[in-house]
Amino acid sequence: MNPPLLSDLIARHAGREGPLLPLLHDVQAAFGCVSAGAEADIAEALNLSRAEVHGVVSFYHDFTAEPDRRPVVQLCRAEACQSRGVEALVPLAEAAAGGRVRLATVYCLGLCSVGPNARVGNDVHARLDGPALVRLVEAAR
Amino acid sequence: MKTVRISDDSLALACGADAVAAAFAAAGCAVERVSSWGMHWLEPLVEIDGHGFGQATADDVAEILTGTSAKAIGSIAEHPFIASQTRLTFARAGKTRPLSLDDYAASGGWEGLNRARGMSGEETVAEITASGLRGRGGAGFPAGIKWDTVRKAQGPRKYIVCNADEGDSGTFADRMLIEGDPFQLIEGMAIAAHAVGAPHGYVYLRSEYPHAISRLEAAVQLAAPIVAPFVVEVRVGAGAYVCGEETSLLNSLEGKRGEVRAKPPLPALEGLFGCPTVVNNVLTLAAAPHVLREGGAALYASLGIGRSRGTMPIQLAGNLRRGGLFEVPFGIPLGELIEKIGGGTASGRPVKAVQVGGPLGAYIPPTNFDLPFEYEAFAAADALIGHGGLVVFDESADMGRMARFAFQFCAAESCGKCTPCRIGAVRGTELVDRLRLGGKPAADTVEALPQMFNARKTGRSRDEDLGLLEDLCETMKFGSLCALGGFTPYPVLSALRNWPEDF
Repeated sequence: MNPPLLSDLIARHAGREGPLLPLLHDVQAAFGCVSAGAEADIAEALNLSRAEVHGVVSFYHDFTAEPDRRPVVQLCRAEACQSRGVEALVPLAEAAAGGRVRLATVYCLGLCSVGPNARVGNDVHARLDGPALVRLVEAAR
Repeated sequence: MKTVRISDDSLALACGADAVAAAFAAAGCAVERVSSWGMHWLEPLVEIDGHGFGQATADDVAEILTGTSAKAIGSIAEHPFIASQTRLTFARAGKTRPLSLDDYAASGGWEGLNRARGMSGEETVAEITASGLRGRGGAGFPAGIKWDTVRKAQGPRKYIVCNADEGDSGTFADRMLIEGDPFQLIEGMAIAAHAVGAPHGYVYLRSEYPHAISRLEAAVQLAAPIVAPFVVEVRVGAGAYVCGEETSLLNSLEGKRGEVRAKPPLPALEGLFGCPTVVNNVLTLAAAPHVLREGGAALYASLGIGRSRGTMPIQLAGNLRRGGLFEVPFGIPLGELIEKIGGGTASGRPVKAVQVGGPLGAYIPPTNFDLPFEYEAFAAADALIGHGGLVVFDESADMGRMARFAFQFCAAESCGKCTPCRIGAVRGTELVDRLRLGGKPAADTVEALPQMFNARKTGRSRDEDLGLLEDLCETMKFGSLCALGGFTPYPVLSALRNWPEDF
């Protein structure tokens, strides 16, 4: 399937109240990033300055300026997972990830009673110990 | 054919509920996917004829079906963890299928909305006020007063905004409610909309909750004809913790950077797109349906202590043997929640500290465990109950490290609008590092430069550094625009005061 055109995405959201965030989510999902070119097109379509759009893109953790095609494993390292020992697992996960997998820190997946937790795509995983986390990182595609 | 009930809450899924459900289906059972009871240490929890089995795996299926499983916990409803709760907001937890309109209506759904629609907006607000319901997001502001302000405000449009940006570590009640009982939230928003005269509502839901997003979007579609002409729309956050603050949430909804706005003007008067807006937490809005039922307000007001009325869905998390969702009237002692209900630490080691209220909440030592769980008592003890999350730490916790993490988290998530938060958090991290590395015996290279006329030319004692830390915390507490910078001193100072040996 071809990725949607930026102009189609813009048209889909342009008439809504506060269209920028939903639009940026769609752009990020379709292209893996919100590039400078996309920022300029979005700014033009929504009658905003490029600085305003760039300011929003750079503010939020979910939007990136460049694509990263590696699989992502999000590991929760907030207090609840820390209290259940996630910090001791980080070196193992980093070693397993190497350069192939992007290991990202997330602050809270809302599974705080059964941590340490991780998210891959839309799947969440709980009660991770060292071997389970390493398996998860190695299996990430 | 046996009916087997297994939760499809994302916590159950993360613990492997899908594999268990598939195994029961393969064994010829009818599998019903319901919401979670909130007994998280038992997930995946299997329920057959009211009896529970947990933690179940696919390998347990045969034994569970023949009644010989060692994982049987007996009747779920009579389990002490459930039997000792007073569930109002989570009354349906474990009992209904989240997206079944039939289940919802059969369990008292839409009663509150229908009753409210027979009343004026003013009468609806009066019911909320009479119940004593306070905002569950953390600040505990009386919901009735907020709704009444919006009701009386003049504006071209009005909005209902549900704050579902549940970013605090140790909290999951919003997620559980949205995944397990989404119609209750929609009904609560519709009641608020009727009360204040708002045609449009938004739910701002964080992107870290993919299951909740799809569940709520499906529920909004199903419920649209029932709540019409009121329209609900789900908007997804983009990974910024600070967007849980109501004014930065409004900016984010408008498509701007999630920067905090100065108050006043209050969002109730000038909120979303400058219009009068009710901004309430998920749990606040989800309480409206049962408060609006016949006799609901009086029941709610009869529970709790002092000015903290009703029930609080408390989230037991962290290093706890029995973690999960525990809804009780305000006033239960903190120690009872941790030792009796939670069963102490999962690791079996003594409890060292509990952080109540998320990353901005104070660390409380066991000597303070007689503190009753309510807004005013916690405030008097320099702590906050916030969104009602408890994160328990055992004796292996390094509280100096946790204090550093509080600053580091604030630095990472600060919106950058106000100086005490943006710069204070960074300086705080450095200061805690310096203290933990043995202080600063001599002036540093830059300070020693001849052109640094006003810089100190000597080192700093530990006491001076501690004084500096207290000073910095005071500046952040009183000088920050919102709770992120303003409350970061709570975990830092509580750690410092109770465990100075860790610094």
